[in-house]
Amino acid sequence: MFGYTGKILRVNLTEGTFKTEALDHEMAKKFIGGRGLGTKMMMDEVDPKVDPLSPENKLFVVTGPMTGNPVATGGRYMVVTKSPLSNTIASSNSGGKWGAELKFAGWDIIAFEGKSAEPVYLSIEDDKVELLSAADLWGTTVSSTTKKLQEKHADGSKVLTIGPGGENLSHIAAIMNDEDRAAGRSGVGAVMGSKNLKAIVVKGSGKPDVPDQDRVKELNKKQLAKIKENGVTGEGLPTYGTAVLVNILNELGSLPTNNFLESQFAEADETSGETLADKYLTKRTACYRCPIGCGRYVKVGDWEGGGPEYETLWSFGADCGISDMESIIMANHWCNEMGIDTISAGATIAAAIELHQKGYIKDDELDGLKLEFGNGTDITEWVKRMGYAQGLGAKMAEGSYRLADGYGVPEFSMTVKKLEMPAYDPRGIMGIGLNYATSNRGGCHVRGYTISPEVLGLPEQLDRFDTKTKPTWVKIFQDLTASIDSLGVCLFTSFALGADDYADMYNVIAGTEFTGSDILAIGDRIYNIEKQFNLLAGVTSAEDTLPKRLLEDPISEGPSKGWVNKLDEMLGEYYKERGWGEDGIPTEAKLKELGL
Amino acid sequence: MIKIEVRYFATLRIDGKKKETLEVQEDTSVKTLLDQIGVSLEDVAILLVNGIRTPPENKLKDGDTVSLFPPVGGG
Repeated sequence: MFGYTGKILRVNLTEGTFKTEALDHEMAKKFIGGRGLGTKMMMDEVDPKVDPLSPENKLFVVTGPMTGNPVATGGRYMVVTKSPLSNTIASSNSGGKWGAELKFAGWDIIAFEGKSAEPVYLSIEDDKVELLSAADLWGTTVSSTTKKLQEKHADGSKVLTIGPGGENLSHIAAIMNDEDRAAGRSGVGAVMGSKNLKAIVVKGSGKPDVPDQDRVKELNKKQLAKIKENGVTGEGLPTYGTAVLVNILNELGSLPTNNFLESQFAEADETSGETLADKYLTKRTACYRCPIGCGRYVKVGDWEGGGPEYETLWSFGADCGISDMESIIMANHWCNEMGIDTISAGATIAAAIELHQKGYIKDDELDGLKLEFGNGTDITEWVKRMGYAQGLGAKMAEGSYRLADGYGVPEFSMTVKKLEMPAYDPRGIMGIGLNYATSNRGGCHVRGYTISPEVLGLPEQLDRFDTKTKPTWVKIFQDLTASIDSLGVCLFTSFALGADDYADMYNVIAGTEFTGSDILAIGDRIYNIEKQFNLLAGVTSAEDTLPKRLLEDPISEGPSKGWVNKLDEMLGEYYKERGWGEDGIPTEAKLKELGL
Repeated sequence: MIKIEVRYFATLRIDGKKKETLEVQEDTSVKTLLDQIGVSLEDVAILLVNGIRTPPENKLKDGDTVSLFPPVGGG
């Protein structure tokens, strides 16, 4: 079968041993790769009740069949494990160039098990695989580790690493690659840290083979044209990056502000993509084979590096009431250096500010630092303290749920299944609320990005307040996304491409014969196996909900004034759409239909 | 005459102009307003009146805010 290398590298960190296994191609066709195949391996090999930070948890780094292959955005990989933050299945996706390099080295998947006695890193140079001491890397930042490993190893080596956040087992720690790309969500960095695994440096000399070069050329011609002609992927994202959403969501009155106490930020424009482009942007950056190039390089004073995405501009901006762009840019940079998730970090600071404002966090816990809405002075210092687990920062490094729960008020945490929600207030956009509530990894927008039809009008415009049509849309978006995440391409291509296009990609690269409907059906299978994992882990459908604030406290001002999220009108219908029981549990018939 | 605030975003911000307040005839439609300010409907992907998606043929009323975005997106 084309598209895959056919090889899995299994690393036992306890024993310091390696094993090469053959990829099961029939299994690959059922779960594609990436998120799907990783979850299937977790289900087969790990007890879902496992303590996520114990040696018995496993960590799978999984490419997709498109990764490293000549298709648009074909460079992504997925980290699949059990999340210490949410106790659900975790699958965190990242771009950059690292994933493609792993494929060039001849590997589809790395499966880590056990725990090393001492800090180590894994070096891969094609078939030459070694575990080496990370004693001199432990405690260093992401950029420092990356540079040291690139100096030591072959030219062109790519580095994936955790920062101090993962080493200190922060529940919101990310896994970073290529310095500023992140498998950011669900605390996957802490799982890596719990195994005493600091980094993976990889260099490959191979090139994937394809069944028919002419068909690949034809496919690329067609799909690149669609991506170029689409207003979002052809112009909006290249020009402004994701940051352009700040003003849109603010104009709708659905930009969560001050820890979701409000939904419009008076100074939003100062934190917008337009301001970023006008004052700070130095160049665009792109991941492997990406024709969109949404990445931003920015400059503040003498410092220049990766700039903030929309979500980060929001989490450290509106959600903390902060309009100081330079503070936000540097907070983003230090999240990258510490290896912590920018959404969860900013949102946790926002929750901490509210806890402080309402008297739960006392002044003597602040160590003289500012912690107030609208004051960006010390947010970078809070990020560092989260990464290094110092003082109040150590409590914040556990994420907002555990922080607020520690003060007896978990309702101040704006999370679903303990994962911080991103930058769309679901009181003003009904479908995204249903998606947050039913996302298998918790409060996440990129499990079913209904912002596309509800706000951006793609592929068609939906009424954002309507609840009737949303269960159907959420399910379709969730299923398609599960397949895209498994193929190894970027979700942003879905602004321009549909299920049939992804089937074409898979067929041309891997030699399969799937239809768009098959792609959606595989996504459905992946969604159901994730749900099964969560149920077995003890995360029940009672957690398919939203914070009380979003269900009971109407938005007080602006275009979405008076609205709460009407989850109760959508959830039952959604379960029906999924073929699940009223209790939110997949039925035997449904599982049988999906071959699970 | 009625007063309308027009807000421009992304590539529709020409020469750094973020917003302006205009006086137009009563019963002016959004489409007519766009013609008057020289913005083509084809260039507008998201058209909001007071934060709500609005068809261009809708009539404006005094104090309305019109927000104009080209095709943009992200995540």
